[in-house]
Amino acid sequence: MFVDLLFYGFSTILLAAALGVIISRNPVYSALCLVLAFFTSAALWLLIEAEFLAIVLVLVYVGAVMVLFLFVVMMLDINVEEVKRGFTRYAWLGWVVSLIVIGQMITVFYAKDFGIDATIGPVRNPVDHSNTRELGEVLYTQYVYPFELAAVLLLVAIVAAIALTMRRRPGLKPQDVAKQVAVRREDRVRLVKDVTREGGEGPR
Amino acid sequence: MSEFLAVWSSLPEYIRTSVWILIVTVAVILSVAFTTLWERKFIGWIQLRKGPNRVGSFFGLVPGIFQPFADVIKLLLKEVVVPSASNKWLFRVAPAITLIPAFAAWAVMPLDPNLVIADIDAGLLYILSLTSVGVYGVILAGWAANSKYAFLGAMRSAAQVVAYEIAMGFALVGVVMAAGTLNLGDIVRAQQGGLGNWFFIWLFPLFVVYVIAGVAETNRAPFDVAEGESEIVAGFHVEYSGIAFALFFLAEYANMILISALTAVFFLGGWLSPFDGLLAADHPLAVPGFHWLFLKLFFFLTCFMWYRATFPRYRYDQIMRLGWKVLIPVTLVWITVEGVMVWFGVGPWSR
Repeated sequence: MFVDLLFYGFSTILLAAALGVIISRNPVYSALCLVLAFFTSAALWLLIEAEFLAIVLVLVYVGAVMVLFLFVVMMLDINVEEVKRGFTRYAWLGWVVSLIVIGQMITVFYAKDFGIDATIGPVRNPVDHSNTRELGEVLYTQYVYPFELAAVLLLVAIVAAIALTMRRRPGLKPQDVAKQVAVRREDRVRLVKDVTREGGEGPR
Repeated sequence: MSEFLAVWSSLPEYIRTSVWILIVTVAVILSVAFTTLWERKFIGWIQLRKGPNRVGSFFGLVPGIFQPFADVIKLLLKEVVVPSASNKWLFRVAPAITLIPAFAAWAVMPLDPNLVIADIDAGLLYILSLTSVGVYGVILAGWAANSKYAFLGAMRSAAQVVAYEIAMGFALVGVVMAAGTLNLGDIVRAQQGGLGNWFFIWLFPLFVVYVIAGVAETNRAPFDVAEGESEIVAGFHVEYSGIAFALFFLAEYANMILISALTAVFFLGGWLSPFDGLLAADHPLAVPGFHWLFLKLFFFLTCFMWYRATFPRYRYDQIMRLGWKVLIPVTLVWITVEGVMVWFGVGPWSR
């Protein structure tokens, strides 16, 4: 009963937040609504005892991805008028895409062997059940190759992104920190003998 | 006393937990108050000054002991100015967003062998995710204020926190490998059996990385470019005044205490005694307890102030370089070394 109440509460907030992402005029509000959507879906995952995934969702998406998202969105100076210009022209495409998505969801929920009635909810585990351990055990034994492949794929993406953004312009004077640290007094300062002091030859 | 204990244990669990939450929250707030006083005193001594010595004296022993309360009353009585061109709602919410994670993280902190408010299995992940949420307050404060200085501070903070979170997370991967658990209490228990088993010996590079990343995460000197008072006035909280400004400081100091406590838990055996194993188990110095955690926490907290009084502020590009090109490779190398040590059964985790 209490769990049901929590579920419907969080689901309502989730739907409202998801709606907020697409209907709010301010892109910063959209990003913040997305953060709220992530939080509430993490809460829903907690309800089906997926603790590890729920916390990692908050850690990765809220803690890192959305921070960078906000970072970019805040720096953009989005002119709402200009964005809206093509809206009616491409509206039919939007309708087609949304109809396809709705159709797919209907087929999933009404399918004979994949519907809500056919799949049983997760079995309640005892209190000392460690979600993280279970996940780690299958991830590093049964699914180790797909897991490693996904990791390598991400690494390739990182390397590619860095390679694309790193361009060597001529005339750039970047600092070489190792050189700066290794510098000695003798390289920078030259002690000159003060000729004016000795013998009183030069002009004062 | 025994009657009290009997009544206490007969109460339902949610009431006992609520009482503990209240106790820990009040304790953290009071610690924050006295940390500000200790910081001003300590930095005063470093700079050959007396520090605050006017408000209260406590029989002439600790001049200035009531300074934090005087500060709080002053800030409470000041007007909170909300800039007319700001985003008023986010401007008011932002201090709370920084504050809540700093306090919520204490829920999983093992304070004593038998005392932790929420003894959850994924405690370390919970702490990591909460501390990563705290940066939203800084970013939103900077953006909502609609001021260029505040915005610069927010942008700096966002990039810095994301960079150092990675190094911090990797350092904790080493701790998790060594302890074999994400539960903070079990991480402390994995370091049982004397000083030689504490993780800072076996994971020394990770320990150093964690301490540095912790200073950067809390936006403290020498990583305080988000505030950078000599460059961008006061950074993200330049438009804040009165108690809203105080909330940011409450969050910053609460985070400092939290990071100090976490360093003690992850690397210095939390509530374990350093004489554990050297002296007889019932010797008063060998008994584990909150006082050991407090001493370790206090040491790291004082280090925060020591850094502030010693190091000049990092330049922004130097911060980025240190985070991405020095700390992260160091953690990667040491995790590999640790893997080799685990494989060959060297170290306290081979038991």
